[in-house]
Amino acid sequence: MLKTMLKVNDINVYYGSIHAIKGVSFSVERGEIVTLIGANGAGKSTILNTVSGLLRSKTGSVSFLDKPIGSLVPHKIVAGGLAQVPEGRRVFLNMTAEENLEMGAFTRKGAEAAESLADVYMRFPRLKERRKQIAGTLSGGEQQMLAMGRALMSKPELLMLDEPSMGLAPILVEQIFEIIKELNAAGVTILLVEQNAQMALSIADRGYVLETGRIATSASASELLNNDAVKKAYLGG
Amino acid sequence: MSLVISQLINGLQSGSIYALVALGYSMVYGIIMLLNFAHGDIIMVGAYAAWFVMVRLSLNPVLAIILAILACTVLGVVIEKVAYTPLRSSPRLSLLITAIGISFLLENLAQRVFGAGAQKVPALISGPAIEIGGQRFSFIAMVTIVVSVVSMALLTFLVRKTKMGKAMRAVSEDMGTAQLMGINVNLTISFTFAVGSALAGIGSILYSCAYPQASPTMGAMLGLKAFVAAVLGGIGSIPGAMLGGFCIGLAEAIVSAVGLSVWKDGVVFAILIVVLVVKPTGILGRAIREKV
Repeated sequence: MLKTMLKVNDINVYYGSIHAIKGVSFSVERGEIVTLIGANGAGKSTILNTVSGLLRSKTGSVSFLDKPIGSLVPHKIVAGGLAQVPEGRRVFLNMTAEENLEMGAFTRKGAEAAESLADVYMRFPRLKERRKQIAGTLSGGEQQMLAMGRALMSKPELLMLDEPSMGLAPILVEQIFEIIKELNAAGVTILLVEQNAQMALSIADRGYVLETGRIATSASASELLNNDAVKKAYLGG
Repeated sequence: MSLVISQLINGLQSGSIYALVALGYSMVYGIIMLLNFAHGDIIMVGAYAAWFVMVRLSLNPVLAIILAILACTVLGVVIEKVAYTPLRSSPRLSLLITAIGISFLLENLAQRVFGAGAQKVPALISGPAIEIGGQRFSFIAMVTIVVSVVSMALLTFLVRKTKMGKAMRAVSEDMGTAQLMGINVNLTISFTFAVGSALAGIGSILYSCAYPQASPTMGAMLGLKAFVAAVLGGIGSIPGAMLGGFCIGLAEAIVSAVGLSVWKDGVVFAILIVVLVVKPTGILGRAIREKV
């Protein structure tokens, strides 16, 4: 089995004339939890959206399971086994919880989708209770679970999560991180983008610190937790 | 009393045609925020297609109906692919101007090919008047209302229950996230144009039954009224378009019934102005926040 799951090599992404991502390279190995931490506007979401195919890099390459995906359209990338839980959850507010989950399984056949749905309901019993409810009426924590369940519906090998802790109460944040750990233990490789660096590093194997579109530091999570510069900038002293 | 009922049926007959056309406006607006002003001219193309198949090719009405609806469907998708897809990331004003341009193109092309005068469309559907409770109703009026209601029921089923229909709702709510789900956005948008144009094709056939002639600009006024219907119901809303269509048809019938038929068109646009001033989101429309 291939060891390297995702390899991003020297990508440069622009928004018009703004050079948002400057020569970023990183990799995610099978079975890992890797985190990208950094301040607001450092380019974390831009990187995820480039990997997902929503944005394009002018240079370099992105490969997933040793296949180049840098020029694929997003739906092909999802079908290949790479899913993203977008920032701010972005559930379809006017659709029911179950319809949201069905959308997550869009690339899959009926029987496989039904199987995934059963799995997701097993992992998130709350979603099963709320399946007929319009997603816009769910609480923030439930919406985050829905967004994660929806991404899992495509049965991804690599799950990218963009700020899953955003706007949630501390108790819910812990719950969400617990679920991320469980998913990883069940064999899903995780790429986690977070502003809550403490939380992210506490469950990650490795981390990359992003500063204004560049990778400033990369090390194992425990090293980063003890790195003075990182502590000062992201861990509140 | 019988006059009231017959005016009511007239209103429902034209209202159901407006509703079918309004659905295309609303669905396309819902998915790519475009007021597709070329949509009305699809009706004109449908009428000419029916005329061409029956008169020039001397084929039977059933074939004419099928081919006309097919022509509208294909044309809708071709317009989307050729004119709108390349402008997907352009400002919305460019799209709107392009739509108006396509409308002029179709009207002038029809004039060039078929001449400025009207062509008589032979009867596509015919049958005896239907008598219910001593009241006689025209066969075409009944067919129009039934076909429209059935089409709308099928559309509602498509949008609410099928995978493609759900994808349409997902794309219209959040295109970026829909892509992250693995939804093929380009295909979904083309499908939306196909369905909207097929409904316009059905509307075109029903309209040609009531007013059996094809002329280059016949779609312009019909399209505008259907647009008013879509705005009245709440643009982007499918049930809204249906409701708006019937309201506009009934409003016209009422104005005619009280002897003010010269004001028929004026009243429709007065409704547009009132809606835009009083409740711009329409009857069933929701205010949506601009995506940032």
